Amino acid sequence: MELEALVFYFFLGLTGLSVIFIAITKNILYSAFSLILTFIGVAGLFIFMGAEFLAVTQILVYVGGILILLVFGIMLTQRLKGDHIKTGRYQWIFGFLISAGFFVILTTSIFKGAFEGLPWIDQEYSQEVELKSFGLSLMTDYVLAFEVIGVLLLIALIGAVRIAGNARKEGPDAT
Amino acid sequence: MQLNLILLLGALLFSAGLFVVLTKKNAIMVLIGIELMLNAANLNLVAFSRFDPQALQGQIFSLFVITLAAAEAAIALAIVVKVYRYFNTTDLDQINELKG
Repeated sequence: MELEALVFYFFLGLTGLSVIFIAITKNILYSAFSLILTFIGVAGLFIFMGAEFLAVTQILVYVGGILILLVFGIMLTQRLKGDHIKTGRYQWIFGFLISAGFFVILTTSIFKGAFEGLPWIDQEYSQEVELKSFGLSLMTDYVLAFEVIGVLLLIALIGAVRIAGNARKEGPDAT
Repeated sequence: MQLNLILLLGALLFSAGLFVVLTKKNAIMVLIGIELMLNAANLNLVAFSRFDPQALQGQIFSLFVITLAAAEAAIALAIVVKVYRYFNTTDLDQINELKG
């Protein structure tokens, strides 16, 4: 087996195994750290699909930003006494049935859809996506959506600071 | 790389995220499940965008999805921290009052 396929299957297995571990573990910190492996695996798969910029963005935003926020959230919302931080679970039989049924539906539709045989899907097609064309289309065709998403991110961050800040009173008499 | 394998992995990510959202009690675990589901959507978008000759619509859309995920995580964690200060728990079963 050649090296490229080996690396591809490594990232595939890394993502799949860490995602299953998140689903079955009870320890919140373990699942947060396993989420790092999932994001890195997905970033590796992005590189295989010719989306290098998205892979770097994925690592920067998810691993560097969201996971730090999540770990901060875990630390701030648990009474740390030295023992493991566990999460309970409820209705896990029904939850498993629903999600497993959904997975079966998706799998059968993927195989029945036969996307690899569609006329516009060319397996041998391997074009290099240039970062220049990506940036150009982001700044010309999609510039309105780009600006809107930037303003939305700004509003969301201001709102997060406003919600979590100390300006508001706490307790039953809070207004 | 095979397209079907990527799509199957996306289905697995989405189903595992759905399972985590449905069954875990802690609010932060529910957030982790939502992030998994967003990643599954991104995976599918990028996988099909590879066959799109010059438009790159899938990659640009998933860039917007990543941005929205960052905004959502920031807001949701602020709310979780605030809820913990008020109720002293993040167990979603016990947070059932609108105005205490």
